[in-house]
Amino acid sequence: MSFIPNTGAERAEMLKAIGVSSVEELFSDIPAHLRIKGLDLPEGISEIEALDAVDSLAERNVQTKKMDWFLGAGAYYGYIPAVVPALAGRGEFLTAYTPYQPEVSQGTLQAIFEYQSMAAKLLGMSVVNASHYDGATALAEAVLMAWKARDNRPRILLPADLHPEYKQVIETYCTSFGIEFVQYEGAPEAASFDEKTAAIVIAYPGFSGEVYPIRKAADRAHEAGALCIVQADPVMCALMKSPGEQGADIVSAEGQSLGNPLNFGGPYLGIMGTTEALVRRMPGRIVGETKDKNGKRGFVLTLSTREQHIRREKAVSNICSNQGLSMLQTCIYLATLGKQGLKEVARQSYDKAHYAAELIDRIEGYRVRNSQFFREFLVETPKPASQIVKTLSRMGIMPGLALSRYYPERTNELLVCVTEMNTRAQIERLAAALKEASK
Amino acid sequence: MNTINMRDEPLVYELSRAGRTGCSLPRSDVPEYAVPGELVREELDLPELDELTLVRHFTRLSQKNFSIDTEFYPLGSCTMKYNPKVNEVAASNPGWKNLHPLVGDENAQGALELMWRLQEGLREVGGFAAASLQPAAGAHGELSGVLMISAALRARGDEGRKKMLIPDSAHGTNPASCTMAGFVTQTIPSGPDGNIDMTALKAALDETVAGIMITNPNTLGLFETNIEEICRLVHEAGGYVYGDGANMNALAGVFKPGSSGIDVMHFNLHKTFSTPHGGGGPGAGMIAANTSLAPYLPGPIVVKDGDAYRLAMPPKSIGRVKAFYGNFGVLVRAYMYLLMMGADGLRGVAENAVLNANYLKSLVEDVYPVPYKRRCMHEFVAKGTVAEGVHTLDIAKRLIDYGFHPPTIYFPLIVQEALMIEPTETESKETLDLYADALRRIAAEAATQPELLHEAPHDAPVARLDEVMAARYPILCYRG
Repeated sequence: MSFIPNTGAERAEMLKAIGVSSVEELFSDIPAHLRIKGLDLPEGISEIEALDAVDSLAERNVQTKKMDWFLGAGAYYGYIPAVVPALAGRGEFLTAYTPYQPEVSQGTLQAIFEYQSMAAKLLGMSVVNASHYDGATALAEAVLMAWKARDNRPRILLPADLHPEYKQVIETYCTSFGIEFVQYEGAPEAASFDEKTAAIVIAYPGFSGEVYPIRKAADRAHEAGALCIVQADPVMCALMKSPGEQGADIVSAEGQSLGNPLNFGGPYLGIMGTTEALVRRMPGRIVGETKDKNGKRGFVLTLSTREQHIRREKAVSNICSNQGLSMLQTCIYLATLGKQGLKEVARQSYDKAHYAAELIDRIEGYRVRNSQFFREFLVETPKPASQIVKTLSRMGIMPGLALSRYYPERTNELLVCVTEMNTRAQIERLAAALKEASK
Repeated sequence: MNTINMRDEPLVYELSRAGRTGCSLPRSDVPEYAVPGELVREELDLPELDELTLVRHFTRLSQKNFSIDTEFYPLGSCTMKYNPKVNEVAASNPGWKNLHPLVGDENAQGALELMWRLQEGLREVGGFAAASLQPAAGAHGELSGVLMISAALRARGDEGRKKMLIPDSAHGTNPASCTMAGFVTQTIPSGPDGNIDMTALKAALDETVAGIMITNPNTLGLFETNIEEICRLVHEAGGYVYGDGANMNALAGVFKPGSSGIDVMHFNLHKTFSTPHGGGGPGAGMIAANTSLAPYLPGPIVVKDGDAYRLAMPPKSIGRVKAFYGNFGVLVRAYMYLLMMGADGLRGVAENAVLNANYLKSLVEDVYPVPYKRRCMHEFVAKGTVAEGVHTLDIAKRLIDYGFHPPTIYFPLIVQEALMIEPTETESKETLDLYADALRRIAAEAATQPELLHEAPHDAPVARLDEVMAARYPILCYRG
């Protein structure tokens, strides 16, 4: 299967028009000794055979849907209404390029503008870009943005309770710059700000699920001349105050749980939002409303002087291809759920998680560590959590993440996540199984 | 143009009516718990729409786009080839969609095997020792690659080398990627043949050189014939060679970049390997390296132990460049394509991509001057200087009236009034003939009725938009 329409006769005709006798001649600029005879790969196969091969690999994975699922830790099993992929998968969206020619890209451009509007209102920010590779790279770029905006200050305050993979991505992105990271524990307002502090990062919630209000820390940051960056759970923002309402200057978020499937970790959606004051320092694509020469409303990519294709080495970031389609999925998801639907998803996740925490905390040997949380909480387990995960998996329950995956010394801690997908019966089965496993 | 939807489409906020909803959740079966007072959110300004309104809205929006599925879309250096529908079917299998990234290697053997097979396949296509599927896009691959070079220099105590050379015919993201890795860039000019000026290159090679980033074929669509010599000189000077593999559609199965001396290169799976561009992304910028840089690859990568697959960090890895394991859904599509193509198919892709580009060039170069008189590879750059007072932008906009997406324009920067045209192998001869015909007609119109071009497009959902106003008085969010 090659998808190439040229027939032998046509190729001959085209070669003649070009004035060469063979296709090989077209490659004559490549030194002959570097031209290869062929690749050491199998020959091509048909659509049927290829699909069979890939489907049979897919069968060999454990699926959320076939178990009682309580594992989150940065990737969430949520409901995606059927209209979301049905509309986002339309060829006119799927097979379009970045909308550099606005007259024939109004569909993509308006959808981005709608996404920017809904995401900005959800996070309480003035503007949201579209988009970053994922929540981790959005946060890393937010850190770089804040550091450059406060360029005489080398220090960034990072929460100890931050997703370990996010921390690693920040480290990679900041390798080449003399940024000094200072880790703080507990409430963000207790972190030590000084004249060397460029910004504080607040995880809302932390990796453990713990939620700290932001306002006091944001005020303290601003008093010290520093910026306040918030890494937020966007679904939580439908129920709890947004970062913007509490004084955040830059917000980053993982948009996967807003309408994107788990897909073994990607493609996800990096969301970044900021204030009007900082918008010209923000990386990523931004769409703005304008008019055409007849006064008709239209949308264009704007503030491009921040970007690599205009500013080259002076650009605020190198990002070019982004997560356009994941952004579109989230745009359609937000419009489908709307005001009531998203609140309901957040409300049910909150209630079900709290119900689960209540049941688990009552079991002998288990203790829920959080004081305030949204849909994820940390449980102390009487036996190694990895062992509990194994035991329960065999019973069709994925009880959460054993923290030893990231912190080998934290053997007896389990991170449990409950979303709108879980039922009361599943939660009660989980509690019963945990009790059984402790014996 | 008869497929495009010309009607004004309101914003989702303008279609919103209080009390409507497009979704239903099961009734909650657990008690309600109070949210701490200081954290309660009062106001949530999201729209309220019923499902049918929503379906019509986004369907109508989609109809305002040009896309590969609806129009010829010959954007230079973007490789807008057909995106096979079967790839979408394969990627939507619940075994992928409902696979959580933290299930543990033993529960994701199918996914890890797919990644391993893709890693190995692309390693062979590029001629490299090892590969990482982590980077999410081409520029992300570039950043990874230059960070690898930076780490390798540091490891040998050479962190003083901060100069990265970039030919003026390289891709636009290269300089910004270097800055993000702490390098300072120096531009190397092209010579009269469109290749890197070897004298300028030699003059730039001093003890501060970290390396060079080469796009090959370059953005003029020309093969860098001195590639081996360039790599040798840079290596002798103590630097590394980064290859920008965005243009691999010209070379797969014909030439292995790794054999010419390139140390590290990214592939754009959303170009060469047929995964859709999605209106901006997601892409996948897999990165491959030779033995000197392989230990620094971003991780984790997949390794095979007997019959089992597991994730592992390369020994001196630069670390993670994103959470989890790359844009996995894109990798499934690319793997499908690799399977269907195979060795013979990939060679056919390169041959027909180069044939189509040279054919189209032959049909228009007497009217649209092509500054470098050579065989092109998968794309060519012509000039829009067809009549006094008419610019490339006018030609591009007029192409829309003929039902074609414009080519990449004003890039590369080294050609004035550039039109950068990449037809790809999936276009038929008839389409190329029609496009050439449109270009020739437009050149004729430019001479006789230039206002037709200046006012273009005439048949699009909007006319030319005021981009200056958009940037000066930004409206970036609905203000209802």
